[in-house]
Amino acid sequence: MPYRVHCMVCAGTGCVSNRSLDVREALEREIRKRGLQEEIQVVTTGCNGFCAVGPLMVVQPDGIFYQQLTPKDIPYLVEEHFIKGRPAQKLMYTPPEAPSPIPRMSDIPFFKHQRLIALRNRGLIDPEKIEDYIARDGYQALVKALTRMTPEQIIEEITRSGLRGRGGAGFPTGVKWRKVREASGEPKYIICNGDEGDPGAFMDRSIFESDPHSVIEGMLIGARAIGARHGVVYIRNEYPLALERIQIAIQQAREYGLLGENILDSGLDFDISVTRGAGAFVCGEETALIASVEGRLGDPRARPPYPSEYGLWGKPTCINNVETWANVPPIIMHGADWYSQIGTERSKGTKVFSLVGKVRNTGLVEVPMGITLRELIYDIGGGIPGDKKFKAVQTGGPSGGCIPAGMMDQPIEYVAPDGKREARDYLDLPIDYESLTDVGSMMGSGGLVVMDEDTCMVDVARYFLAFTQDESCGACTPCREGTKLMLDILNRIVEGHGTMDDLRALEEIGWVVKQTSLCGLGKTAPNPVLTTIKYFRDEYVAHIEAHKCPARVCRELNTYRIDPVICVERGHGCGVCRRECPEKAIFGEKNQPHRIDPALCKKCGVCVDVCHFNAVIVE
Amino acid sequence: MPKLKIEDLARIRDQARRSTLLREGAGRVKIIVHLGTCGIAAGGRNIMAAVLRELEERNLEDVLVSTSGCAGLCSREPMMTVEVLGQAPVKYVDLTEGKVREIFAEHIVGGRIAERYALAVGSERAM
Ligand SMILES: Cc1cc2nc3c(=O)[nH]c(=O)nc-3n(C[C@H](O)[C@H](O)[C@H](O)COP(=O)(O)O)c2cc1C
Ligand code: SF4
Ligand code: SF4
Ligand code: FES
Repeated sequence: MPYRVHCMVCAGTGCVSNRSLDVREALEREIRKRGLQEEIQVVTTGCNGFCAVGPLMVVQPDGIFYQQLTPKDIPYLVEEHFIKGRPAQKLMYTPPEAPSPIPRMSDIPFFKHQRLIALRNRGLIDPEKIEDYIARDGYQALVKALTRMTPEQIIEEITRSGLRGRGGAGFPTGVKWRKVREASGEPKYIICNGDEGDPGAFMDRSIFESDPHSVIEGMLIGARAIGARHGVVYIRNEYPLALERIQIAIQQAREYGLLGENILDSGLDFDISVTRGAGAFVCGEETALIASVEGRLGDPRARPPYPSEYGLWGKPTCINNVETWANVPPIIMHGADWYSQIGTERSKGTKVFSLVGKVRNTGLVEVPMGITLRELIYDIGGGIPGDKKFKAVQTGGPSGGCIPAGMMDQPIEYVAPDGKREARDYLDLPIDYESLTDVGSMMGSGGLVVMDEDTCMVDVARYFLAFTQDESCGACTPCREGTKLMLDILNRIVEGHGTMDDLRALEEIGWVVKQTSLCGLGKTAPNPVLTTIKYFRDEYVAHIEAHKCPARVCRELNTYRIDPVICVERGHGCGVCRRECPEKAIFGEKNQPHRIDPALCKKCGVCVDVCHFNAVIVE
Repeated sequence: MPKLKIEDLARIRDQARRSTLLREGAGRVKIIVHLGTCGIAAGGRNIMAAVLRELEERNLEDVLVSTSGCAGLCSREPMMTVEVLGQAPVKYVDLTEGKVREIFAEHIVGGRIAERYALAVGSERAM
């Protein structure tokens, strides 16, 4: 008998870590207990995107969205929704300023503005069932590519679609495919780059987790186009769920004969193996990745020659990012014209972003290229939590830069598709590869960190540089030594020992590292530092000259004092801070104002946390 | 598992599509069985079972079934609403399993409203 209801329970990494598997179990138990197992199916899906409110579940066909579920909620939910037929309001999502909950997923602003192409099946299929993928026209693009298109036509279609690499650099995918096809040397290889090492990024992992067959189908089409017989999926060992799902998917595709010899009787032979990466950021760089697949140390080498001529085992190799591959089947299915009408003049289609930081709705979003930062941060992201002011957004991860909010009075020049130039507030800047580069940042793989007034930009720069410095493979001097020097200077500045000469040196070294490093890691590592110096120079100067951290993040620079009036009038000199201070730096009597001895205070911040009356002031 | 041919792929797709179509909330016909306390007391669950059985037997892929609470007409339960895409919803009342069968044949498959069981055509709008 067909089921009348499908409960799509999210089992992406975010929801699983919030115990969504327990919720699923409770749900299955309750459904059995109520005798509804013939009517209601529980389906486990990959990341739904709105991780901020997980564990979550969507009940179809009505599209009712339940959030922040715990196993305890389940009996009530089943009783109300499935027995009595009235969706359980109190388990639905209510946006911060809204008067009442929004029942349907499609009406929730977070989802309303998205356009799903790479993530077209997210939340709709069980990623461990190839039939679910096939039901949604899966492998039909492959059929088309095998039976009705020549390899030339496939490459032409991808080229005309305007698809560009989603792994960071944005290289035109069709052009790369053609190069590999035309390169001499056999056999040819295909690689899917699923290393994704930027902190906070989980776009690619999520594609593997929610729709692994979309990557396999993309690679199959690529194999036909360029004439490859073997493909490699490179994926981090730290992504166990993604690893498991892609392996299951490959196995199923093999059993169905969609991988192997003479696929669908077309004469195409192609198979995929999986290589687990050890988790170094530099292994995402294509030449380092290839070295790692070959079993050598994951060190980058100078290019040219590019992998398209000299790649895996010295053979022509087509390496593309996970999201790039996942875009291929819809393009072949619906055509280049369809795809290229989405996006901007030079950046077509959609991009998946992981929206994190000081924004209400964190999660994974797929939006058309050309969407503005305002739409992303406010319409989808729901704005900044609390009454905080929006300060900056960081794009492109450790290789990217910070774009400040305060460019209101310095609008940037925007060149419209028709060539007209106009001044725009940068928040209204359409996001694409070029516009982000123009403002000193980059698209990167799609990390988007929102920052508010409580974020110290010097600290942010230091955080990212500490990451790249640590991840530098050390093969070339500018990156190895340069990033170390820069990090030393940044450490001095946040501790209050920096000088203006340091600041000048920081910029100079930054430019040298950028221009002389061997691989993209070193070439981009200074970006977070250089852009924050460019847009937030004041903050650096405040750290250096006034020994102050304006955002009060850099602990060493803060001074602590107790407001005597608040302490007595509101707190009656309760003395909690005095008892909790690990340095015994606070003095005072009950009902009397308390006082911090600056000579003893080690600036640990405990007193701020323990005072119930906000009497401790940080300056 | 035998190796797939292109026709097999289409067959698997058509078979599996029924479930994913439901997940997409897309369908030609939507049936809402009223399962408030009154509906359940009047035998609404049997009506639901009958509806699902019809779907199965007739192999209908484009029909969605959902439930709602009390429609405010407790005396005429069990009830269901049938909504064909692009047409006004029809409320059927005082249902039995036999009537469900007839409504399927005439309205859901045949496209003619089974007027003798219909309460009214059209309904108040929710929300
Ligand atoms: C330090 C460094 C790390 C990189 N990490 C990744 C990564 O995790 N995933 C990825 O797809 N590309 C990464 N790249 C880019 C790859 O070198 C390569 O350009 C990309 O995989 C090509 O695929 P695309 O054209 O589809 O973007 C990285 C580059 C550098 C320099
Ligand atoms: S730039 Fe850095 S990561 Fe790249 S090769 Fe040089 S040392 Fe290694
Ligand atoms: S910051 Fe730490 S050391 Fe200083 S007064 Fe407060 S609790 Fe004591
Ligand atoms: S993991 Fe569940 S929404 Fe992302």
